[in-house]
Amino acid sequence: MRTEPIADGSGTPVPVARTWHWGRWLAAAVALVVAGWLAYLVVVNPRLDWGKVAEYLFNERILSGVWVTIEISVLATALGLVLGVLVAVMRLAHNPVLSGLATFYIWFFRGTPVLVQLIFWYNLAFLFPELVLKIPFTMIGLKWDTNQVMTGFTSAMLGLGLNLAAYFAETVRAGIQAVDRGQTEAAYALGMTPAKRMRVIVLPQALRIIIPPTGNEFISMLKTTSLVYVVAGHDLMTNASQIYKANNRIMELLIVASVWYMVMTAVATFLQGRLERRFGSDAVRLVRGGGVAARVLPKVAA
Amino acid sequence: MNAGAAPVVVATDVRMGYGGVQVLNGVDFTVASGEVSCIIGPSGSGKSTFLRCLNGLEPVLGGSLRVLGEEVGHTLRDGRYHPWTPKQFAAFRRNIGMVFQRFNLFAHQSALENVACGPVHVLGTPPDRARTLAMEHLDRVGLADHAHKRPHQLSGGQQQRVAIARALAMNPALMLFDEPTSALDPELVDEVLEVMKGLAAEGMTMIVVTHEIAFAREVGDRLAFFADGVVVEEGRPREVLAAPEHERTRAFLSSVLGAQEGPSRNT
Repeated sequence: MRTEPIADGSGTPVPVARTWHWGRWLAAAVALVVAGWLAYLVVVNPRLDWGKVAEYLFNERILSGVWVTIEISVLATALGLVLGVLVAVMRLAHNPVLSGLATFYIWFFRGTPVLVQLIFWYNLAFLFPELVLKIPFTMIGLKWDTNQVMTGFTSAMLGLGLNLAAYFAETVRAGIQAVDRGQTEAAYALGMTPAKRMRVIVLPQALRIIIPPTGNEFISMLKTTSLVYVVAGHDLMTNASQIYKANNRIMELLIVASVWYMVMTAVATFLQGRLERRFGSDAVRLVRGGGVAARVLPKVAA
Repeated sequence: MNAGAAPVVVATDVRMGYGGVQVLNGVDFTVASGEVSCIIGPSGSGKSTFLRCLNGLEPVLGGSLRVLGEEVGHTLRDGRYHPWTPKQFAAFRRNIGMVFQRFNLFAHQSALENVACGPVHVLGTPPDRARTLAMEHLDRVGLADHAHKRPHQLSGGQQQRVAIARALAMNPALMLFDEPTSALDPELVDEVLEVMKGLAAEGMTMIVVTHEIAFAREVGDRLAFFADGVVVEEGRPREVLAAPEHERTRAFLSSVLGAQEGPSRNT
């Protein structure tokens, strides 16, 4: 906004008046009153013991839960990303059996709630008490007790990872399809096979396009891990719930857990911002144009 | 031309179409080794489609198309023609360079990486050796100084020259150009045409789909006029351009030459 005075007809500088944004002041006042009232109700609530919140915020079990949550998020996201790329490539294959399998996978894992999947993996021993890996018609092989393999941690990682893969496959597919068709033609014209074209030319570009959305998937995963408490995965939510089941301080421990989830999300958001700055301009350039790009790159476009 | 050498391209009654639309209606066309053939014609006449059939980017659905001694897309074995696998297509295309209207440089690679890409990933050339050779090819198209720039940092003319270097790095026996200057700003056309002229002077067998009539006249050994999916007229460029036999050729040339050499060029 201009602050330098403007000369009037006779050449005398006249100051510029300030614009008053009445709408902003009004909105701010309403927000302050409503939010302040709600905060007041919670903060001064005699049934809420803030001392307990402070006490449990750095409790050893809570901190170890935070660490497990990060571990599960990272591992499940990694599994989901790798598997998602594989499923996406299969989905786009000319081989109808491969693309059919990929379509089935996506349909199945998106069609069942992740909560059901978690409980399923955790209870796999009901169906298969032993996991056996051996060469057919011989006695050579390995055998595990299902209940020892499918701990809360592994079933959480498997359930969340396989589920993410189904969603992420669609993102990757959009990314692959957003790569200019001319890149494929040029790769073929150089004498590349379809597989080489995918690996050397298309995927490196598609991955640059989908890196920003992967940040989103990770942030969402941080909080989806809270479902793991149903299979006792010893994550943040599991440990918080075990504490409040013992001492009945439900609200206090929910606040403690929320604070940690928000801290983790804030850190992940910061990292995602850096990822986007690093790859965002690449992504926009590689896609050129709207359509698919608009769906894959909701953040970058802004 | 080197008489006696087998023709590089022999097209006999080549037909092709998709979605119920016939694009090529029986193209007959022959290219001898070392020749520069130019293909002109109105848009939709099938000239680009024909060029893309030559390296198997589009399928031939009728007639016979023999390129570098092979029936494109099929191999004769036990009394039958067996369709090629993707691997066979890939092996065939190694010997044919192609330059696209929209350059199609690999967007995530530098100019040098683009040129070295084919040798490294297709021919199995050691990366160090491939980079040295790529540098030589870039130097040849006058872009050694821009080797480490990405495509988006180059002008259209520079990008197209990198694309030519990329194709040459495969040591092709035949070069296909699909309207190589159509997407360029007018002042960038000549730098690309100069590279192509140099290539022609070295005896490279080239097939060029183009709207640059002056280039066809000056550099071309032969000129074919495409319309409605057939070769309407062909011959020595100077003769075809000076005295076209068919009415369609005359109409096309007058509209194109009117635009290229008429008053609008002098403004």
